[in-house]
Amino acid sequence: MWQNIWLIVSKPDNIPIVLMMILVAFYTTVALRLGIKNDRLRRQAASNRASSEFQQGTALQESNGAATVDIFYTPEEMKLPKRVHTFPFLVKVEFLAALVVIVFLMFWSIFLDAPLEEPANPNFTPNPSKAPWYFLGLQELLVYFDPWIAGVVLPTLIIIGLMAIPYLDSQPHKGNGYYTFAERRFAILAFLFGFIGLWVVMVVIGTFMRGPGWMWFWPWERWDPHRVVSETNVDLNQFLANITGIKALATPTASMIIGFLAITLYYALTLGGTYRYAVKKQLPDLQLGLVRFMIKYWFFWTMMAIPIKIILRLVFHIKYIWVTPWFNV
Amino acid sequence: MSNRIDEVIKKVQKEITESDIYRSIYRIPPGDTPRTRLLWILDTVYLHLHPSHVSRHGCKYFFTWGMGGISFLVFLILTFTGVLLMFYYHPDTANAYQDMKYLMHDVPFGPLLRNMHRWAAHLMVITVWLHMLRVFMTGSYKPPRQFNWVVGVCLLTLTMLLSFTGYLLPWDQLGMWAVTVGTNMARATPILGHEGPFGEQLGMTAYNDVRFALLGGSIVAGNALLRAYIWHCIALPLLVGILLMVHFWRVRKDGGISGPKLEG
Repeated sequence: MWQNIWLIVSKPDNIPIVLMMILVAFYTTVALRLGIKNDRLRRQAASNRASSEFQQGTALQESNGAATVDIFYTPEEMKLPKRVHTFPFLVKVEFLAALVVIVFLMFWSIFLDAPLEEPANPNFTPNPSKAPWYFLGLQELLVYFDPWIAGVVLPTLIIIGLMAIPYLDSQPHKGNGYYTFAERRFAILAFLFGFIGLWVVMVVIGTFMRGPGWMWFWPWERWDPHRVVSETNVDLNQFLANITGIKALATPTASMIIGFLAITLYYALTLGGTYRYAVKKQLPDLQLGLVRFMIKYWFFWTMMAIPIKIILRLVFHIKYIWVTPWFNV
Repeated sequence: MSNRIDEVIKKVQKEITESDIYRSIYRIPPGDTPRTRLLWILDTVYLHLHPSHVSRHGCKYFFTWGMGGISFLVFLILTFTGVLLMFYYHPDTANAYQDMKYLMHDVPFGPLLRNMHRWAAHLMVITVWLHMLRVFMTGSYKPPRQFNWVVGVCLLTLTMLLSFTGYLLPWDQLGMWAVTVGTNMARATPILGHEGPFGEQLGMTAYNDVRFALLGGSIVAGNALLRAYIWHCIALPLLVGILLMVHFWRVRKDGGISGPKLEG
C-alpha cells in the first residue's frame, strides 16, 4: 500500500503537484487566518471608538481602517511612519526571497531529474494518457461533460469570468487592500470554492486517483489495466421515462424538449430565486443593475452547475441532460 | 577577534565602493543617508521599477507573500535557462529527443540546465496561481486596480500556455501524448472544430479546423513540434513581456502595493 502511494507521489512530474497542494493549503490558511484576525481587530476598534465617543462626546481622529494592516506590525512599529524607503526596506525582502527561491530551485534541480520517457511514438498510446498536470482538472471533467464543454467552453468561461470579477463587484470599498473575511463572505467563499474545490481538487484527483481507462484508483491501489466497471448511465429523459413509466419521454424529440426545458428551468429558477432573495434582503448587489446582476449570477450558477452535474452523474447515473443531434449537455 | 574582522570588512568595503570602477558603474555616492536611499531607486535601471517609498506593510512578507515578484524572478530564470537550452536543441522530430539525451548525458551542466527549466516552469504555474489567490484575498482587484487584474488573468493564461507548449518539446511519450490529449479538445470547439457543435454543418473537417491550425497538421507531428517551439520560444514570451510591462506600469500608476485607504 505505502509502496503504491510512494510510487505515485514520487513520480518526478507529480512532485510539483504535491508542492502545490502544500502551498495552496498553507497560503489559504494564512489568508483566512489573517482575515479573521483583522475582522476581530476592526470590531474591537469600532467598539472602542463607540465607547470613547460616548464618554468624550467627540469622534476620535484615528482611522478605523488603520487596524487592517496593524496585524502585521509589532507594537514598536505602530508608532513609526506608515511609509518607508523602498531601499533598503523592500529591496531587502525581495533580495532574500530571490535568494531562497534560487537556492530552492538549485537543490530541486540537482537532486531530481526532469522526467524523460521513451521517444515519442504515435503508434503506442499510453494508458492513461494524461494532459499536463495543471490541465488535469479539465480532463477530469471529461468524465462528466463532452469535450466541447470541458475542453473549450468551461476554460473560456473561467478566463472571462475571472476577468469580469472586478466589474461585477457591488461593494468595491469593502475589503479593498486588506485581509478580511466578514466583509466579503460570499466573494471569498465563491472564489475558494471555484479555485480549491473545482480546480485544485480536480487536479489532485486527475493526478493521483485516475489510472488506466481513467478509472478511479485510490493512491494505495495497484493499477489494474484489466479492471472492468459496468455502469449504465442514462440520459435525463430516459431517467424520467423510467421513473414515470411514460414511454413517450424516451424518444429523441422528447429528449430535445426536456433537456432544453431543464436547462432553461435551472437558470430561470436559480437566477430568479437569487434576484428575489436579493430584493427581499435588499442586498447591495442590486446596485449593479439588472444586467450586471444577471451576468454575475449567471457565472455563479454556471459554476455551481458543474458539481450539480457531477452529483447527477454519480448518484443518479444521468449521462446527459440535453441530447440534440448537434451537441449534448 | 570579531572586531578585527569587522574592521577588515569595512576597509575592503571602503576600498571597493570608493574605487573609480565602482563609482563609474553606480551613480550613487557612498554612505547611507535618506538621499542615497532615494538615489538607489531613482538612479539604477534595475531598481527604478520601484517607487521611492512604499507602505510599511508592503514590506511584510505575509502581506504579499512575494508571489508576484517570485513569479517574475522565475520568469527571468526560465528566460535565462531557456536561451541556453536553445543552443542545444533542434526543433525537428529526428533530433529533438536525441538532443534531450545529449543534454542529460554529455552537455556540461546539461541536466542542471534542463531540470531547472522544467522545475521552474512548474513552479511558475504554482506561484502565479498563488499570486492570484493573494490578490483576490486582499481585494486588490478592486478600484483602481480592475484593469490590472484583467492583465493578470491574461498573464496567468499565457503562463499555462507557455508551460503547455514547452511540454511537447522533449518529443518523448509524456510530452507528445499530453499535448495530443490537450489539443484533441480543440477538435470539439463549437463552430470552429470538426467534432464540435455545428462544426460539421459549417464545413469543418480534420484538415481545416482550429486544431489543424494549432498543430499545422491533423496529427501531432513535425509541424506541431515546430509550431510549439515558435510559440514557446518567441511568440508567447514576447506577449508575456509586453503584458508584464503593462502589469508593472499599472501597479505603479494604480498606487503601488495595495493597502487600506488611510485617512489623512
